[in-house]
Amino acid sequence: MAGMVILWTDFLVFVLVVVTTAFAIYASKKEHLRAPWGRVIRSRTGMGTLVVLCFYLAIGLLDSIHFHPQLPAEEQGGEGKYSTEIISLFDQMVDGLRTRQEKTYSAPLAVYLYAKETIELADGTTVRDFPRLVHGGAHLTDPQQEWLPDVIQRTMLGSLKGIVVSLVLANILFMLISMRSARHFGQVAKEIIAGKTEIPWRVMLMTLTVVLVLLFSAMELARVYHLFGTDKVGEDVFYQALKSIRTGLLIGTLTTLVMLPAAVLLGIMAGYFRGWVDDVIQYLYTTLNSIPGVLLIAAAILMLQIYMSNHAEEFNSIVERADLRLLFLCIILGVTSWTGLCRLLRGEAMKLREIDYVQAATAFGVGHFQIIMRHILPNVLHIVLITVVLDFSGLVLAEAVLSYVNIGVDPTMNSWGNMINSARLEMAREPIVWWSLAAAMVFMFTLVLSANLFSDVVRDAFDPRLRHNR
Amino acid sequence: MMAYIIRRILYAIPILVGVNVLTFLLFFVINSPDDMARMHLGMKRVTPEAVENWKRERGYDQPLLVNQSASGTGKLTETIFFQKSLKLFQFDFGTSDSGRDIGYDISQRMWPSLAIAIPVLLIGLLVNITYALLIAFFRATYIDFWSVVLCVVMMSISGLFYIIGGQYLVSKLLHLVPISGYDTGISAIKFLVLPVIIGVIGGIGSGTRWYRTLFLEEINKDYVRTARAKGLSETVVLFRHVLKNAMIPILTGVVVVLPLLFMGSLITESFFGIPGLGSYTIDAISSQDFAIVRAMVFLGSALYILGLILTDISYTLVDPRVRLS
Repeated sequence: MAGMVILWTDFLVFVLVVVTTAFAIYASKKEHLRAPWGRVIRSRTGMGTLVVLCFYLAIGLLDSIHFHPQLPAEEQGGEGKYSTEIISLFDQMVDGLRTRQEKTYSAPLAVYLYAKETIELADGTTVRDFPRLVHGGAHLTDPQQEWLPDVIQRTMLGSLKGIVVSLVLANILFMLISMRSARHFGQVAKEIIAGKTEIPWRVMLMTLTVVLVLLFSAMELARVYHLFGTDKVGEDVFYQALKSIRTGLLIGTLTTLVMLPAAVLLGIMAGYFRGWVDDVIQYLYTTLNSIPGVLLIAAAILMLQIYMSNHAEEFNSIVERADLRLLFLCIILGVTSWTGLCRLLRGEAMKLREIDYVQAATAFGVGHFQIIMRHILPNVLHIVLITVVLDFSGLVLAEAVLSYVNIGVDPTMNSWGNMINSARLEMAREPIVWWSLAAAMVFMFTLVLSANLFSDVVRDAFDPRLRHNR
Repeated sequence: MMAYIIRRILYAIPILVGVNVLTFLLFFVINSPDDMARMHLGMKRVTPEAVENWKRERGYDQPLLVNQSASGTGKLTETIFFQKSLKLFQFDFGTSDSGRDIGYDISQRMWPSLAIAIPVLLIGLLVNITYALLIAFFRATYIDFWSVVLCVVMMSISGLFYIIGGQYLVSKLLHLVPISGYDTGISAIKFLVLPVIIGVIGGIGSGTRWYRTLFLEEINKDYVRTARAKGLSETVVLFRHVLKNAMIPILTGVVVVLPLLFMGSLITESFFGIPGLGSYTIDAISSQDFAIVRAMVFLGSALYILGLILTDISYTLVDPRVRLS
């Protein structure tokens, strides 16, 4: 695509996807890694939440492909003109949500505006009343009578579509499994429906059905209404909440990706070499750790703001500036959070270097680099993995708090933190404007809860010490 | 013991120096005082004179490390590094960018912070330990399972939601306590009740889960089996043996956060309008007062290191197996 734009965070997202895929292929070939993942796959909680996480991930990835949209043919003049604004593939898919703006607040699924306005009637007289929305429910001629049946009808239609799609998917799944295991279709279907399979297909299908029903109902309703209302400038709240998914995911994943190399390298080095290397690295992380995280982030972001306001000409567009700020936030969050992992790895490397096979390797004259790559690194990977997964939900929650203090992502960027932050001021209004807050909370809660449950499953699968407690 | 404590304190000095150098780099080298002045004055009124004026008023007009124009020791003392960074070691925080004495502000504002932080810590500890013991008593039953689910759900809710929801429900709908504000003396209580309750509720999820893990770890140990084998009832086993041994990690975990209680809670204090150190920091961040942020960074680090030292000492006090080394 000619108008393609690759932002820094987009690039890192793709790096992350490649790394994850590579790791998955690597893990599937090693027995000691395949066994714990097998436990994850057989866990009902694990697979149920994975479906939800995949749904979030899909939106986040679609939202990470940015480009300049091509202008419509009649405006073009010449050939191949592109607009100056940057949108993502996801924006294009839900174009209506992005462009259908109202004047100001409106409640979820509302037909009328939140504030009264002077309306001119057809006969020339004026009244003060709530005007109809420009887009929300514009297809209704008599909202009083038609609104409720219309909403119910659309919800039913959406649910029906969701159920049909998930039934089709379920049948495809049954067919695939029966083909692979060379058994009868009905027998496989019966086993899955009874929940007797080793891999919890039933839970996955049920979760998928719930997600699809919600998705299709939301799509049906969002087509003609503002599902979660509109905010102060009339932007669709549902769209904002969806766009925030990318920000949340990025903060949760990129931060660990950014800090990982330093934490792994330094942690293993400290534990493996001991002596002065250990002292230096310990000093380094104790110093960084002793600065309260929020204050370090605040100081760094303040400095970035100064830099950006003094060098405004270096940034081509608001999107690019916001993107760089997000990346910088990830880096600085990584700086404040790598010390825990580093300490864990140091301890583990210290234990491993005394183990017989490492001693034997040293006796054979194998170099330090070889020993670390061959013997130490593969044996601490599970710690790295557990930390990455466990940190994720905490980082998503931290984003909201940081945005509240105005040291989070750029104010122009869609994020749950920014939504909550602006909604806080709206709580004092009468009648109360609750929908921005509620939408952000629901989306954030679903993501964090699934991530928490999933990370518990991963931790239990990889950490044998904890397993007997369950 | 004394020698050990002194050695630990000496070990803290290089770390504080490191923090100091880091903040100096962050605040004065990456962005020069000129940049700060321009940022503060806004883009319109930036003239070289205005920038110089702004710097002179706040003492940023000196060179960074070496003052060539001064004589004798003045070469080193009349610099930003000495005046602004090294003086922090004497806990001399200087004046804020808006001209107030930071040291005085901190000494005034730490009391409201403590008035929230200490009750939250104590009540939270009581609630979490009680709940975790209850779960440990009913381990591997439905109560255990659903309690853990409840904890995970509570952990997954953003702290902001507890505050906003609590304020809306208790203050706005039920009119039980004022939404925000603070008062001196005994009348401060009505302002403190809600933040404390919300602080405790917000901590139940992660706290209880963590204590449950500690208790369950202890329950599987040999001495507990021995205690049961000699015929002790489950309650006695839990309270006398498990609780006592699990208290070691719990107490040391508490000790490490004790000094940081002074810093207060950023979010809670600013939502409830309590004039503590947390809201002080937030105000400084939003008004971009670098002197205060710098002072708070140093104070926070010093308190954190103090917490580490106290933890090490308390380990040796509560657990005789730990040797001083």
